[in-house]
Amino acid sequence: MTIIPELREAVIDGRAKLAVTMVTQGLEQGIPAETLLQDGLIAAMKEVGQLFEEHEIYVPEMLVAARAMNAAVDVLKPQLVEHAVKSSGTVAIGTVQGDLHDIGKNLVAMMLKGSGFEVVDLGTDVPPERFVDAIRAGADVVAMSALLTTTMTSMKEVVEAISLAGLRDRVRIIVGGAPITARYATEIGADGYAPDASKAVRKVRELLTV
Amino acid sequence: MEQYDGLRISRTDDLVFGRCPRPLRVGGLVIGGGIVYPELNFTLPPMAITEATMPEIRDEYRQMADEACSRAAALEVPGLVLELELLPELTREPEWGAEITAILRERLDAHRASRGLVSALRVTPSDLRDFVRPPLMRTGEEWEHMMRSFDLCAQAGADMLAIESTGGKEIHDDALLNGDLPGALFALGVLGCRDMAFLWDMIVDVTTRRHVIAAGDTACGFGNTAMMLADGGFIPRIWAAVIRVMTVPRSLVAYERGAVGPSKDCAYEGPFLKAITGYPIAMEGAEAACAHPSPVGNIAKAAADLWSNESVQNVKLLGGMAPTVSMEQLAYATRLMNVASANDKAVELRDWLVESDAALDPQAYILRPDVVLGLAAEIVAEPTPYRRTRRAALAALQALRGAAGEAGLTMSRAEQRWLTRLSEQAEQLPEDEDSFIDEVVSQIDRQKVHLDQYDLTAVR
Repeated sequence: MTIIPELREAVIDGRAKLAVTMVTQGLEQGIPAETLLQDGLIAAMKEVGQLFEEHEIYVPEMLVAARAMNAAVDVLKPQLVEHAVKSSGTVAIGTVQGDLHDIGKNLVAMMLKGSGFEVVDLGTDVPPERFVDAIRAGADVVAMSALLTTTMTSMKEVVEAISLAGLRDRVRIIVGGAPITARYATEIGADGYAPDASKAVRKVRELLTV
Repeated sequence: MEQYDGLRISRTDDLVFGRCPRPLRVGGLVIGGGIVYPELNFTLPPMAITEATMPEIRDEYRQMADEACSRAAALEVPGLVLELELLPELTREPEWGAEITAILRERLDAHRASRGLVSALRVTPSDLRDFVRPPLMRTGEEWEHMMRSFDLCAQAGADMLAIESTGGKEIHDDALLNGDLPGALFALGVLGCRDMAFLWDMIVDVTTRRHVIAAGDTACGFGNTAMMLADGGFIPRIWAAVIRVMTVPRSLVAYERGAVGPSKDCAYEGPFLKAITGYPIAMEGAEAACAHPSPVGNIAKAAADLWSNESVQNVKLLGGMAPTVSMEQLAYATRLMNVASANDKAVELRDWLVESDAALDPQAYILRPDVVLGLAAEIVAEPTPYRRTRRAALAALQALRGAAGEAGLTMSRAEQRWLTRLSEQAEQLPEDEDSFIDEVVSQIDRQKVHLDQYDLTAVR
């Protein structure tokens, strides 16, 4: 059975049409959707992540691979829903209130999606109540980004808002951005800190034990 | 409007720190007249900016200026530029930004009177338009606050006005991450250049009315974003180097509309601008590590007329408050450059600075004086901003292709693959701007940009 290895290669090479063809053929051959997802698509993106960490590829190539994966996942979605196959978890991500910087946040969102997480992108300049609403809507992780020393203080307000809403135990909180440190994360009561996008994915996996 | 269709500096030995064909006299300084001055930029520690915290904020800025000026005088700097880069909140409340400007003005004047410290003050309001997506480039509250900030700060004592403008960034960010050369060309050569023309006409109007200097701009949100992404391994360094050269035509528009330098410190495209316009430039490098890393820490000094630390927070280090520590670092760095100049060894020192970085990173290679002059000449030979930006990409890629053999520029396998990939994209770029715009506009996400705000009709 060569479908799975060929599907992985198609995703790694960013060949969306071929990836769609492979999953379609795979389903027709009776391969379970979850197998195609886990052994084909998510395994491919893990390899893409590995190539990125080894400096063999860059973000543009990761984005092309992620688009191929998403195209294939769209084919699998009805089957995944039917069989109640869940994602690895839902992450609500946003740049905090007063801050418009989004490149880092977008990179983290992209890499989380490619790793099998559902991502709710709240955008930029996000007030605390929207993070709270995202948890009520089912987010397992809140990920916050800030690039300015004058906006990073909003992260503490978000943590406090989540606690005031009685939701602190329901969610893991991770923070990042140029002025952020692990010490700051601890100070404000966050669960984790990541200095870059790929470590953010690892931290989310660690926090959700997936 | 001033047209630039040739080079004001055409000999490599004339592209050197401290000297330019058109020096600027301000506050007793002669920037580009033979001496390199330090330019110190400081900012607040992590704190909220509100009505309630403004008393503390005033004290922070007063203290930063006072202590840095004292250190500058003790180290006998020949002169000093202080830059006040207004945080968004201080631009959004123009009166607050003007208050801080007045405080710095008062401190600089006091140190001039008591210790003979010669100085000038640059004020850089924030480009608030970047805070709305898609941004409104010519109207709206953000635009109004920003322009009022320029006006009030000029009245409050700024000698020079500058900005880090962001027109086109709403398209450029995605283009960077996707390795999309046509997208970057559209952002820089079409949107960015149009916005620069509009914005700088407005800024020069303020500076003319208020009798202050229209200094310059920077493609920080484009070229330095690329540099940071490359430093993190997210995009190829080759790509960041090409982007750097592509930012030159956009930054040049400020001068065409009446800017006279010095360019912003984070405008690493400065050497190109100096070669083309003859005006002085501010640069930053090793001493800016307090703000961000860079692969051009030494070579950036090669043509600098002001040498800057980019920005440093007012936090306590072992050696003292960080702005004062930065002041000392800049004082020593500029002292060395000035001693070299005084001993007729400026070119020699410059060549060591160049050699120390140029072969290690393509972003450093394209700042080599001979490479700068070659690329700048090709850029200004083109008639329009679009054609100049397109030429910048083509010429930069050609220079980098030749660099591996001739200059020993080290490139990984992945970087070489991207050199080929970008070259293939560049060869497809049409000369005709209208057909290029039609092609790109049919593909971009129209929710990300207000084309009519760039004089591009919505019909497209």
